Amino acid sequence: MCRGGTSGVRQTQQEWQSKNSADGPKQDSFHLLTLLRAASPGDILNCMVQYQRSRLDAAFAALSDATRRGILERLGRADASITELAGKFHMTLTGMKKHIGVLEQTGLVTTEKAGRVRTCKLGPRQLEQEAAWIESYRQLWHARFDALDKIVEELQRTERVHPRQERK
Amino acid sequence: MPNPTTVERKSERELVITRSFNAPPHIVFEAWTRPELLKRWWTPPSFGITFIACEVDARTGGTYRFVFSHPAFEQPMAFFGRYVEVTPCSRIVWTNEESADGALSTLTFEETGGRTLLVLHELYPSKRALDDAIASGSSSAAPEQFELLDEILATLVSF
Repeated sequence: MCRGGTSGVRQTQQEWQSKNSADGPKQDSFHLLTLLRAASPGDILNCMVQYQRSRLDAAFAALSDATRRGILERLGRADASITELAGKFHMTLTGMKKHIGVLEQTGLVTTEKAGRVRTCKLGPRQLEQEAAWIESYRQLWHARFDALDKIVEELQRTERVHPRQERK
Repeated sequence: MPNPTTVERKSERELVITRSFNAPPHIVFEAWTRPELLKRWWTPPSFGITFIACEVDARTGGTYRFVFSHPAFEQPMAFFGRYVEVTPCSRIVWTNEESADGALSTLTFEETGGRTLLVLHELYPSKRALDDAIASGSSSAAPEQFELLDEILATLVSF
């Protein structure tokens, strides 16, 4: 439930979710919004509750399948390619890709493609997520401060040409 | 090479951001408090955000209001609050009032040999407020319910 002033947030979230379900994770805009709001999380939290519930439902639905639980156990021991997993579980590549797709949407598994091989690994846990968020926030400030450097240089140049007049 | 930026969670309720600038505090202070300068760096070009409004009355008791637009957002986003303290060239304290869980931000400018060390300290009203900020920005984190899921996963993968 979002209050009037933040309906933009709700729409953004819906838009992002529909994009997400249509063609895989695309969270740049949403992610940006959450970073900008970092100092002020309350409203966005309201909007996130529903989203998190649906995520949680999706996670438990993903875990209701024995093969998918098996895949998580396997990935808990070592990362594996989709081909390896398909072999291990006596499945077609297409069938395994579907299972991995379901696990990936819940965030339980992440995949990375190098050349023609897609490697699957367990998704990040809470502490790693905090570290990842802090790194994103750092990048936002880093970008801001790089832009600020240029303005600071400009002000210094101006000051050299026109020495400071009285300042309060 | 630009100076490094650090962000650290100092405690359950605090984040601290630091950065040095190759200029004395009065210059850096000016870039933080004059709206026509602030709007040129607060939203870096790579983020695709446009300022619709940037109102800054950087005096103790004054207010600010930033309104942004982004191609992905149908409606503009507003950020606003109050300057609790403005001490020229040394310290700015402001609130983030667009939500009840907003942090209190304290920015200090320390002079070190003609350079400025900038320290931005964000104090959140509760541990939950900061946890939520992190959770809402993470791809799959959620505070309590996900702990249960974490436990289930731990039993699955603990070989």
